[in-house]
Amino acid sequence: MGMTITQKILAAHTGLDSVAAGDLIEASLDVVLGNDVTLPPAVKVFGDVGTGKVFDKTKICLIQDHFTPNKDIKSAELARCMRCFAREQDISHYYELGRPEMGIEHVILPDNGIVFPGDLVIGADSHTCTYGAAGAFSTGVGSTDLACAMARGKTWFKVPEAIKVVLKGKKGKDITGKDIILHLIGMIGVDGALYKSLEFTGDGVKDLTMCDRLTICNMAIECGAKNGLFPVDEITYDYISRTNPERYQADDYTAFEADDDAEYSQTIEIDLSEVPFTVALPHLPSNTRDASSVKDMKIDQVVVGSCTNGRIDDIRKAAEVLKGRHVHPDVRCIIIPGSQKVYRTALDEGLLAIFDDAGCVISTPTCGPCLGGHMGVLAKGERCVSTTNRNFVGRMGDVGSEVILAGVPVACASAVLGRVGTPDELGEV
Amino acid sequence: MKVKGNVFKYGDNVDTDVIIPARHLTSADPDHLKQHCMEDIDPGFVNRVSAGDIMVAGKNFGCGSSREHAPVAIKASGISLVIAADFARIFYRNSINTGLPIMECPEASGKIEAGDVIEADFETGIITNITKGEAYQAKAFPEFISRIIEAGGLVEYTKKELGL
Repeated sequence: MGMTITQKILAAHTGLDSVAAGDLIEASLDVVLGNDVTLPPAVKVFGDVGTGKVFDKTKICLIQDHFTPNKDIKSAELARCMRCFAREQDISHYYELGRPEMGIEHVILPDNGIVFPGDLVIGADSHTCTYGAAGAFSTGVGSTDLACAMARGKTWFKVPEAIKVVLKGKKGKDITGKDIILHLIGMIGVDGALYKSLEFTGDGVKDLTMCDRLTICNMAIECGAKNGLFPVDEITYDYISRTNPERYQADDYTAFEADDDAEYSQTIEIDLSEVPFTVALPHLPSNTRDASSVKDMKIDQVVVGSCTNGRIDDIRKAAEVLKGRHVHPDVRCIIIPGSQKVYRTALDEGLLAIFDDAGCVISTPTCGPCLGGHMGVLAKGERCVSTTNRNFVGRMGDVGSEVILAGVPVACASAVLGRVGTPDELGEV
Repeated sequence: MKVKGNVFKYGDNVDTDVIIPARHLTSADPDHLKQHCMEDIDPGFVNRVSAGDIMVAGKNFGCGSSREHAPVAIKASGISLVIAADFARIFYRNSINTGLPIMECPEASGKIEAGDVIEADFETGIITNITKGEAYQAKAFPEFISRIIEAGGLVEYTKKELGL
């Protein structure tokens, strides 16, 4: 029987010729990731396992991004715990804030060339599923899984069934990957892909940038999926040839393709030309609307950033919308480049000056407000249009605050308009 | 092993942000986490829950973040078992790994109401609703998962595999 891309990657890391949906396997890991919230509990568990040493110090990434620069004494202690562990174990992919490699975990792992097609990655962060954009299998786990994986270099998986998502046609002007994934989550619900892979295919894929694909796979978890995956094509090769030229030239990776007779539990077709500017209203990512149907919703804050939409293409798009315009008097607009490289590029390209002229706050890279940590927490009754990934009750602050999820063009247009709005509403500058 | 307790009932898609809000994740200490368990959807929960009580919810329980602090907070609060129609996959793994007992049972999820007294048998998967005089059969764990549980959790399983 044929296999999906996910199944092929899992089989290759298990030493089997084939696997089938439902099989429980133990697979070898290429990359294991932890952050400042999930690693500290794992350090304790790692001690309990008792190997003393991690399985391979070059395959572990420890990234401080959630509460950094540290927001209080307790978060500083979490960071210190990670720093001590990273030094003790001589972890290769550990960086201090401000260094060129540093930033939000799911922005830097692909951008630094750590994840390649065919890799198998787990991370103690639910948005680890982002790397399917580069043809890797990647999924989120908890701290105990992280600890045992750091000790053993292996973890268990139930081989997932897959949903085939066929993307057709070409998206409209300023429609982004965010609109596409919100549209899909709205179609199938927050548990529509529970335990399954989302494998994207179709002639529409070729017009999606790597930034679009990373955003789409990032939010696969928001419909319950184990992972999201794009086929490897010219756009992938162009990307990985820039992120890690040495590995690319050494041909040290595998671009798997799905078999023609691979089985899918469901096939969903999306005509990209019909995807509108899409927002998700409180309090579920599946509560989606055409943005133009909710233009009466006034807002207090806009956040542009996060592992979902903090890449250089996102920041460039934000600058394009905000150039020569001003943030509405009733709105705070917080721009958070997703990594130090993104920040520096934005600086070099003059984008930060555009944001400053528009009246935005520019933050250092951090997850910060996305999970209500710091750098933009909401008060009771406040409403934020955000390019982040979750709008659960209390996600960005008080339980009486609201988050509306949107792509960068809608978020920035909303910042100017003071309400939910779309870029085509903005007049000439 | 059997557990028995009063039911706290919740709906579909209970997410990890309401089980334990991120503002409390600056410590992973169970005694700290249990003080804030469920506070964003059920502010009185921590005062009303008694050791042994049982949480029953709808589908996709534990969706959202990978924070293992969520099952740890529930377990530390005194809850002896979570029954749901189904669980989000990371929460499912985390529960097995941290020793929070869970059962998947759509029928129990639909029929059990807040305040019912129920008893559950982990060996047979039978959930008895003492208040209503009904019984429901939970789904069995896959054999591999049972091996992890029998080993005493993922840490013990891993030690065994590594010969430690």
